[in-house]
Amino acid sequence: MRTYLLGAVLAALALPAEANKVFVSNERGNTVTVIDSDSWEVIAEFPAGNRPRGITISPDGTRVYVCASDDNLVRVFDAETYEELPSLPSGPDPELFVLHPSGNPLYIANEDDNLVTVTDVETRQVLAEVPVGVEPEGMGISPDARFVVNTSETTNMAHFIDTADYAIKHNVLVDQRPRYAQYSADGSKLFVTSEIGGTVSVMEIDDDGAPELVHKIGFEVPGVLPEWLQPVGAKITRDGKWLFVALGPANRVAVVDAKSYEVTDYIMVGQRVWQMDFTPDEQFLITTNGNSNDVTVIDVAAKKALRSIQVGQQPWGVIVQPDM
Amino acid sequence: MRLIVPLAAAAFGLASACMAADLRTGVLRVDYPSVPPVTRLDARPSDLGFAGAALAQEDNATTGGFMGHGYALETVAVAPEGADAALDALLAEGIGTLVILARDADLLRLADRAGPEVLVLNAAARGTALRDGDCRANVLHVTPSVAMLADAAVQFAAWKKWTRLYLIHGSNPQDLALAEAYRRAAARFGARIVEEREFEDTGGARRTDSGHVMVQRQLPVFTQDAREHDVVIAADASDVFARYLPFHLWDPRPVIGSAGLQPVSFDPALEAWGATQFQRRFEALTGRRLAEADYDTWLALRVLGEAVTRTGSADPATLRAYALSEEFELAAFKGQKVTFRPWNGQLRQPVLLFDGRITASVSPQEGFLHQVSPLDTLGLDAPDSACGAFGGG
Repeated sequence: MRTYLLGAVLAALALPAEANKVFVSNERGNTVTVIDSDSWEVIAEFPAGNRPRGITISPDGTRVYVCASDDNLVRVFDAETYEELPSLPSGPDPELFVLHPSGNPLYIANEDDNLVTVTDVETRQVLAEVPVGVEPEGMGISPDARFVVNTSETTNMAHFIDTADYAIKHNVLVDQRPRYAQYSADGSKLFVTSEIGGTVSVMEIDDDGAPELVHKIGFEVPGVLPEWLQPVGAKITRDGKWLFVALGPANRVAVVDAKSYEVTDYIMVGQRVWQMDFTPDEQFLITTNGNSNDVTVIDVAAKKALRSIQVGQQPWGVIVQPDM
Repeated sequence: MRLIVPLAAAAFGLASACMAADLRTGVLRVDYPSVPPVTRLDARPSDLGFAGAALAQEDNATTGGFMGHGYALETVAVAPEGADAALDALLAEGIGTLVILARDADLLRLADRAGPEVLVLNAAARGTALRDGDCRANVLHVTPSVAMLADAAVQFAAWKKWTRLYLIHGSNPQDLALAEAYRRAAARFGARIVEEREFEDTGGARRTDSGHVMVQRQLPVFTQDAREHDVVIAADASDVFARYLPFHLWDPRPVIGSAGLQPVSFDPALEAWGATQFQRRFEALTGRRLAEADYDTWLALRVLGEAVTRTGSADPATLRAYALSEEFELAAFKGQKVTFRPWNGQLRQPVLLFDGRITASVSPQEGFLHQVSPLDTLGLDAPDSACGAFGGG
């Protein structure tokens, strides 16, 4: 608690951006690797349960949440000491989750059970289980927190779950194997990646939160078979200008003009690029590369890969600690 | 407080947007009298194929819950002499889509008996002729052909530069057809069959009945004095001898084909491409590991489910047209979308190479290119197929 207050005071003084911790879940290594975003050195690696995949952090930057898929729970770690805190119930096989912007609750996709589980992170109680399509995976939340979007990989839908009553209000069919859902910061657009379909579906969101499918972004890289251009993770800059799309086995991150939907660039990264996260100042984007066991640091403005950093075995997810 | 949201409420969002479509599908499996397999690990589960159907039914019904589409499934296992009557009974119930697990000749007869209004998905018959001159407009082949499997195996050998092949085949017609597929594959991918032998199926008194001692003595003798070769190709569709070949050859060589490294539509070890989740869901539902026939049946029903989802129709002709169209694509846990070949109704798909414990490789292999899709390097390409039932593709 004391650390937290000190952090708040420091942030209030508006000091230049401090180094942030980058937490990377290693699916096969059963660990989380911690990287310093200033020196880009690995500063720690700690056990994180069995098959850690989805990873996120509380808005105050103190608690790291990890989907320990094979333990059927969400493990919680102190972001400072890496000490394990009491776990959260998640339902079976949690893969990805999204935290309410307030820090509570947590919305968790249960891949084997066709459910989204809603868990209160303070009381550690399950608040609701929402039946969704087959193999739920991607989880996004609208900036106003009215809707949680879940993508189901075998049903091929984006399900819009009303956070007030946990009822699904909209379903949108997208291309094969949707993996990730990302709202723009102003909530006016939603991007859903389809790994096997090879596309990103763009939806415009109206004032009531209702989606309309308006475009599908495709990808093309000379010398790479179209089958290997498989969109997985996606992140958009706060100003809504640039969408970055991880293309899995194509070993590239696509840079998309988020207004015109034109792909302007492909950045070579490590092998089987999966998930991504920005540093809080959006100067850097970090990608997990599952088959080369490293992460790539991308200079967002220059749209260039700067360096790669070895992490644990089969890195899956990444989250950057907010400024403290 | 724990709130379970009923699926009906969850489906609310789409209720107005969709028309109702209800698909009823029959899964017809013909069970042939057979001797026990060479290894008991190959024993046929009584729910073979049907277990895959049960998972597909769950998957389709879950999606259907959001779309306002209903799915019903009827599974029938029948002896060969009862197959026609079982088919008639399914058709009499008004079923217009069928998944059939039967041998080539029975599949053909049943498809013809069902007639052109009925859409048949072939989940077991692998004869290449069914995708060639014997093709039928009302049959879509979900299971790979013998030619696709042989091509997948020989591509791997060629990638390894194991181009001198020693082909050992059985003596039954299906073994000879398999051997022919390997000869064709060798010619296509730059390999050579330097030695070829037939292992005769002597019926009840199998050479191998005497157990491992006799096998250990006889197989080296049977395989000795072969011309210099890199790999042994086992073509034993009858399950008579291939399982004994690894470790009992005269020359120490790897075995590919009906034993050793086997080309399969799917294997229970695959973990890549989300397959782990698929395997787990199958195992939780059925209590056993997935077999190829389960995968092929699951995939056949998913083809139908995907077509219903995208067209909003349960009409067999509409589903067939959509499946064969450019719009159709389906994720099948093999790393890329699967689609149908418009010239013969065969599903394009990767073929896994399974050593019994792990997925050792997946074909098509790197470097085998094709103007349309690398997947079309496996099996009958448009110019190879004499099938005319699909309007010439």
